Amino acid sequence: MNQHYSITKNNTTPVDPGEIPVLEYGVFFDQVTELMKDDAKHCIAYYCFPAGDNLNFHCCLADDNNKNVLVLSHSLSNEKPALKSLTPVCPQFHIFEREIYEKYGVNFEGHPWLKPVRYPHDRADKSTSMDDYPFYQIDSEELHEVGVGPVHAGVIEPGHFRFICNGEKVLHLEIQLGYQHRGIEKLITDKRNQLQRCIASESIAGDTSVGHALAHVQIVESLGDIEVTGTLRAERCIALELERIAVHIGDTAALCGDVAYQLGQVVCEALRTTIINTTQLWCGNRFGKGLVRPGGSNFPLFEDIADEILKTLADSGKRFAEITERIYSLSTVLARYEDIGIVTRQQALSIGAVGMAARSCGIMRDTRRTHPFQYYKEYHVEPVIQNKGDVLARGMLRALEVKESIRIVTDLVNYWKQSHTQVNKPIYELKLKPERMAISMVEGWRGEIVHTAFTGKNGDIAFYRIADPSLHNWMALALAVRNQEISDFPLCNKSFNLSYCGNDL
Amino acid sequence: MLKEVNILRSHGSQYVKNLRIQPVSGIFRGRPVISGDIAGDEIKLVSNLCPVKAISSGTGAIDLGRCVFCGECAFALPGKIRFKNDYRIAVNRREDLVINPGLDIPLRLNDGEIRKEIKKLFRGALKLRQVSAGGDNSCEMELAATGNVNFDFGRYGVEFTASPRHSDGIVITGPGGENMAEALQITWNATPVPKIIILAGTDAISGGIFEGSSALNRHFIDNHHIDLYVPGNPLHPLTFINGVMDLIGIYSK
Repeated sequence: MNQHYSITKNNTTPVDPGEIPVLEYGVFFDQVTELMKDDAKHCIAYYCFPAGDNLNFHCCLADDNNKNVLVLSHSLSNEKPALKSLTPVCPQFHIFEREIYEKYGVNFEGHPWLKPVRYPHDRADKSTSMDDYPFYQIDSEELHEVGVGPVHAGVIEPGHFRFICNGEKVLHLEIQLGYQHRGIEKLITDKRNQLQRCIASESIAGDTSVGHALAHVQIVESLGDIEVTGTLRAERCIALELERIAVHIGDTAALCGDVAYQLGQVVCEALRTTIINTTQLWCGNRFGKGLVRPGGSNFPLFEDIADEILKTLADSGKRFAEITERIYSLSTVLARYEDIGIVTRQQALSIGAVGMAARSCGIMRDTRRTHPFQYYKEYHVEPVIQNKGDVLARGMLRALEVKESIRIVTDLVNYWKQSHTQVNKPIYELKLKPERMAISMVEGWRGEIVHTAFTGKNGDIAFYRIADPSLHNWMALALAVRNQEISDFPLCNKSFNLSYCGNDL
Repeated sequence: MLKEVNILRSHGSQYVKNLRIQPVSGIFRGRPVISGDIAGDEIKLVSNLCPVKAISSGTGAIDLGRCVFCGECAFALPGKIRFKNDYRIAVNRREDLVINPGLDIPLRLNDGEIRKEIKKLFRGALKLRQVSAGGDNSCEMELAATGNVNFDFGRYGVEFTASPRHSDGIVITGPGGENMAEALQITWNATPVPKIIILAGTDAISGGIFEGSSALNRHFIDNHHIDLYVPGNPLHPLTFINGVMDLIGIYSK
């Protein structure tokens, strides 16, 4: 088959959208299904945007083996738009087709569940509301439904879970999201001021402030033709790994809490505090807000902070290793983690799972390695892989990734100590290249964060798309709880710790 | 068992003994101080720079209810604006969040305007239900942290409940999304009287960076009496803790 797509050179290299061949939908469909037979490819973005009387579509497939992204395109008249759905042959397209359907009213024929994703304020059909989500129902006198949320029994974000159960056993879980919608994509295109865009991107998902801010900054640096020094790129990776370490330790605490292992919970809570307080020491904010800015940084690393990072990681790393060794050898804990909430490798591949959810069932998917960015271009990361896909695998993955991230940060700080150069002040007055598109990928602690943007004739950001890893991975949670006791749901949920606001945008 | 004892030993004591005076990192951005001699053109500079229009272009005052604590104004005018690491910035009157140039005085609650029943009923125990209305999960995590092993706000009987039926009030985070408007109202209706409302984080107080987004619906927030404003992006656990201690009248430590 002939090639009908553009190939990006590497992560965040700008593309001229005019050079992406626009295909007949039939050709596009065949090409995508052919390409997707390769397990090393997955869809990272599929969206459309109005252009005159038409809707233009871009489909971005990450090719992990060749470290690039394939961009395919097709176009459609905006009048009663309908297309044959890709989802029955490539299930991972389900969420993207649903997004397009919800936002622009494109009817994907044959889509098995063409349902709302987040009820955005600018959706095509304003007559739909949060209250009338079309849940699956099964008529049976032996089954019952359990509704949970949107307001949950903890200090967490809102979302609605609807279980169909046979006794204690979950037959099906459907997840309705959108409660956290704030219109952030539109906000980023509307804001002309680069500082405002940076602050908005830090709030896409506050637990991944560094990850999302970095994905955004990569876009504007690429479109604005700004090169940054190795020192700054290393500092950004240090911040990203600190975020990963902190959240993984916090999640280990939450997992212990759910199985009533209190010592594990409190020790990990306190250890997380030491990490985020170190981030605060560096940039004045426990979540790293303010740290990542285009072209430079307001908070360059200093010797004393670098030393403090090394000291904290050495000490907390030792204590975390001690407690995790205990957690994962206690029979009472293992009995609750093992073989619970299994997602198979095949399922994960088919739904396009990314990040931790993919790596915990044997899939090598880590953008630090497969689509390197910032200092990971120079620094080789060996991703941690677990194979069983159960709660235990996701827990163990965290413990091992913390260890690995501590090693990475230690190496990077030592590199920094030997060779650091002056870090510039941030640049907010940016002139972006007109009519260019850029795709930015960052491996946040949950997984692959993808931001896509293109600029208009005058260099303004005309279109901005955000994909948090949760967008793909919520389906993994729904699959994980099938045939489990409903009482195992909280544990399964925590083992993924997906983002509501990252999905709802 | 022996292993657990060893873990406890290397873990040591982690709890914050005095929640009033616990030191935080020197560069933590808390209460700002604006120099009294800030010039007109300097005010103009930072007021244009501010991403959330928190700085008055006339007086140069900073409104902490809008401020996202990015610190850019302090970087632009290092001699004139600085953020101290004073985390006690929660207040019970919205106007008290406006910090005028030339003033370096602690922010405290106005005792006279705290509703009488609050101290009377909630001093011994205050149970709160948190509602995230478009929050980004950072304020939520900091609120959860108030109950962790470090801060242990539970020592004063202040805790988050699973159900609004068991709570004495709600803590709202996030700018108030349209999609959460109904759930927020239902949660409030389910909370027994007397009850309080706390706005946690800058997003909740003013909308923050989301102000003006068509996806918001701040009707509930705009039309209810707010008992406590806790600024921050996200709020620091100690800001929330000290604000609530002042509100319900815990004066020891």
